[in-house]
Amino acid sequence: MAGLIKTNPTTPLRAGPTTSLRAGPTTSLRAGITPPRWLLAELTYACPLQCPYCANPIDYANYQAELSTEDWKRVLTQARKMGAVQLGFSGGEPLTRKDLTELVKHARDLGYYSNLITSGYGLTEERIIQLKEAGLDHIQVSIQASSQELNDHIAGTASFEHKKEVARLVKKHGYPMVLCVVIHRENIHQMAEILAMAEELGADYLELANTQYYGWAHANRDLLLPTKEQFEQAEAIAQAFKETVAGKMKIYYVVPDFYEDRPKACMNGWGTTFLTIAPDGVALPCHSARELPGLDCPNVNDYSVEEIWNESKAFNFFRGVEWMKEPCRSCDEKEKDFGGCHCQAYLLTGDMYNADPVCSKSPDHGVIAQAIDAAAASALSANEKPLIFRNSKNSRLLS
Amino acid sequence: MAVNPLMKPLKPDTKMTINPELPITFSRTHRLQWEEAQQKHVILYPEGMVELNQSSAEILKLCDGSRNLAQIVSELEQKFATVGLTNDVTAFLEVATQNGWINQN
Repeated sequence: MAGLIKTNPTTPLRAGPTTSLRAGPTTSLRAGITPPRWLLAELTYACPLQCPYCANPIDYANYQAELSTEDWKRVLTQARKMGAVQLGFSGGEPLTRKDLTELVKHARDLGYYSNLITSGYGLTEERIIQLKEAGLDHIQVSIQASSQELNDHIAGTASFEHKKEVARLVKKHGYPMVLCVVIHRENIHQMAEILAMAEELGADYLELANTQYYGWAHANRDLLLPTKEQFEQAEAIAQAFKETVAGKMKIYYVVPDFYEDRPKACMNGWGTTFLTIAPDGVALPCHSARELPGLDCPNVNDYSVEEIWNESKAFNFFRGVEWMKEPCRSCDEKEKDFGGCHCQAYLLTGDMYNADPVCSKSPDHGVIAQAIDAAAASALSANEKPLIFRNSKNSRLLS
Repeated sequence: MAVNPLMKPLKPDTKMTINPELPITFSRTHRLQWEEAQQKHVILYPEGMVELNQSSAEILKLCDGSRNLAQIVSELEQKFATVGLTNDVTAFLEVATQNGWINQN
């Protein structure tokens, strides 16, 4: 596109703010700090499902407090002013919040692109219409498997037919429909059927999310982690399928990092893009960061989003490369992956300053092979321990 | 930019072309928006954002279902007092089609 338009435009480029809420100066940033673009609003930890790979913290039951409607509105306004534009309403199950429509309306007035990330459980046609009118842009429905039996087993709740119906209604009411399926050892053999189901439901996007092993998934890893062969077979099926749905459905694939040589660029760089607000108002640089020790994550009840983003210890913790130890410090790829995922380093090596052990340069890389071997052994074992489902009782037991 | 930095799109290898006869419409499942904080136009879609340079934004703003390829080119050439934009505009619109930002139904 460079050089396309050779003269200066004669008309002003700016479309101008669409509502008064969007007006006003944008806030200033400290040197070297980029503004948040993505705000993940975890409205609640309450959820009717019990998925054993839930990304919520294991000890979520200890955090009962929830921000009020006015608190959320203030947070949305402050983050938008800084430049956040993508907004995810998540949880838990965000539909359990009675003020969801009101928050969606507020977000739309501010100019956010709003994504509802839901299990679909309890979503009625009436509410789908109501949310659309309030300005919701997109609904992502998760389905746990391509068969009722497995879906309902993994979800811990009979929900398969209802989810499929919700997916159809989402489509019917003109939303882009995103189907999200978390992939793990229990359902990876269904890849072909999952793809066919997404096509049959008319999904515009399909997210095939290989499980990331934090939170509940870490606790259940031996039962969830597939073998390399299973991954490769499933990915080959998805790769072949994408051609048949070109122009109709986009497929996104979340990389299974245990089988990669290099770690993921955690959160696109700590404190560069993503801001998560937990149900009780704690601001997190990543939705798993609550697991990390000593971050002292600030609360939006005590500080503005701007103060939190710019000044807080938590958000500055892993900014840049100064914090790094070897082998990251002298690595020529450190600006590319930022040392990988700190939660993974912490969970697998006990030290969050270590390189993500997924990296083949990490002295702890062997723990990945051990985890893979342990999962394979568990799969073959005659008395494999059962999955730990995500619910308040288990949360209290484990925390 | 996606919600999950691990997400990579599986992109089809099929190339999609622009039908010169049909009008071009910006996708109803995407949003083209001016971002004050970024001082640029962006395309917003489920969990993603594309930052546009000025040229791309000018082209996409004309994709309102009332113009075909030649009409978009002609309007841009007039607006920016230049000629010979056909190849650049076509190439960009092919990328836009491939990404689902525009359609011709």
